[in-house]
Amino acid sequence: MEIIVLLKQVPSTESIIEIEADGKSIKKGDIKWVMNPYDELAVEEAIRIRDAQGGSVTILTAGPDKAAEAIRTALAMGADKGVLINDPQLDPGNSLAVAAALAKAAQGLSFDLIAAGMRAVDDDGYLVGTAVAEALNIPCVSMVIKQEIKDGAIVCHKTVDGGTAVVESSLPMLFTAQRGLNEPRYASLPGIMKAKKKPIDTKTLADLGLDVGDFAGCALHITALNPPPERKAGRMIAGDSPRAKAAELVRVLHEEAKVI
Amino acid sequence: MSQDVFVVAEQAEGAFRKVTFEALSEGKKIAAELGGKVTAVLMGSGVADMAGELAPYGPDTTLVVDQPALSEYLSDGQSAVLAQLIEERKPGLVLFGATVLGKELAARTAARFKAPLAGDCVTLKCADGTVSATRPMYGGKVLADVVPEGALKLLTLRPNAFEIVAGQTGGSVENLTLDVPESRQKLLEKTLESGKIDLTEADIVVSGGRGIGGDDYTVIEELAALLGGAVGASRAAVDEGWRAHADQVGQTGKVVSPGLYIASGISGAIQHLAGMSSSKVIVAINKDPEAPIFSKADYGIVGDLFEMVPLIGEEIKKMK
Repeated sequence: MEIIVLLKQVPSTESIIEIEADGKSIKKGDIKWVMNPYDELAVEEAIRIRDAQGGSVTILTAGPDKAAEAIRTALAMGADKGVLINDPQLDPGNSLAVAAALAKAAQGLSFDLIAAGMRAVDDDGYLVGTAVAEALNIPCVSMVIKQEIKDGAIVCHKTVDGGTAVVESSLPMLFTAQRGLNEPRYASLPGIMKAKKKPIDTKTLADLGLDVGDFAGCALHITALNPPPERKAGRMIAGDSPRAKAAELVRVLHEEAKVI
Repeated sequence: MSQDVFVVAEQAEGAFRKVTFEALSEGKKIAAELGGKVTAVLMGSGVADMAGELAPYGPDTTLVVDQPALSEYLSDGQSAVLAQLIEERKPGLVLFGATVLGKELAARTAARFKAPLAGDCVTLKCADGTVSATRPMYGGKVLADVVPEGALKLLTLRPNAFEIVAGQTGGSVENLTLDVPESRQKLLEKTLESGKIDLTEADIVVSGGRGIGGDDYTVIEELAALLGGAVGASRAAVDEGWRAHADQVGQTGKVVSPGLYIASGISGAIQHLAGMSSSKVIVAINKDPEAPIFSKADYGIVGDLFEMVPLIGEEIKKMK
């Protein structure tokens, strides 16, 4: 199985996100950049599939120079090679442009399966993986928590609203990974050493035969970034006994907050 | 026409999702500002009889595509049908609920038409013919004001974020038969949690965290049942295997915006807060008076949740 994994480098979820003076972007200074947690699931699953079926795992990323670190981490986990689409003209905030670039790059590699995270924890878009599948005209199953390849097809267990469903899909296809799919491994020291020698190819939009003009008009313009409304500390419920506190809480929820 | 608004009327198991009514209500407001019409799009198998239930939310037209190939859990068929309808009728705006299916459908439509997609919107505005929205990013740590550009704009709406406006009059209903291409996917089985309130749609959420100490969530479940709410969990509890991933509230779980969120035995990590900080009222119950969650809660009780949660339940029963 030739497997491609779509990977994005994102701010760690531990990061405190601050808004720049221009009010339209975030301060990047203190941020710790990591592999998108949902993409870790995709990398892990791809490695397991390759180990079971043979083949190779290629990490495909669109990002700046430092995104190569995230690819290197995936290589240290056990992926075989990486491709980094690194072009200042590719706006990382234009998800459809990123998806088009990733799809074009994937077309240049041969693949049976593409694995992606269900969303990136920075833009929370739930868009790129599915959009890549649509661009490649391959079936897509999102939010997968378990998969099995048999008889030339793939059977996926996925989250649906209100439960789970089991879906069979033809190959090649793309699935997006949901928490519960697996427990991603930590890169071992030997893995980290081996990863240094694995190849990462860099591509520009021109290498892919794409022009920034192809993406005009599909951007989602951010006109302002604001912090969420500040939640101030409220009050501690006092009382002589636990029951008194419970009674007071119920009273305020009913009479003041009017939520019960 | 470009002032017209499509609303995907998502349904499953013979019932519309609550967010469908929210999206229709909002679509009506936006269409009025744009000077256009609202069209509800109802796709599925055995759904034709449901069209009338949308009337109180006032769609000018309801398009019904009722064909066996249209599963409510797979996006292949619905995405093809929606694309045909968009090409034919050329709306300027398409609204979806930000549900699992809604997000998939919206993403496929965005890619197919190269149309910008604003996901999980919590506010929508229309001024001088320009539609703008607010959507959370970074797990809710930032709210982005966005303006989609282009002839076709797609938005998914967060459940529970928009008001339902009923008591309106529905317009015409058109039953259509379209060419649905053979799907490359097959639904083999589905397992639905019957009677369970969806976390993202619930008005009240009672959550338990590390303080529960194990997988016995009885006290949480009983309070949730009493209040007609849903049960949530922190990442710590899910990582321990005490609750399913589907119950997780937080940056790598679900983002919820109920009227009341009761956090029991949850310390209040940044990522958990990102998942519930848009709740209208937050109550925190924790043994530790220094727990960070108290600085974000409207009401806090320092105490043992195994004592406090049942007592709160008893006091609620007295009140009813």
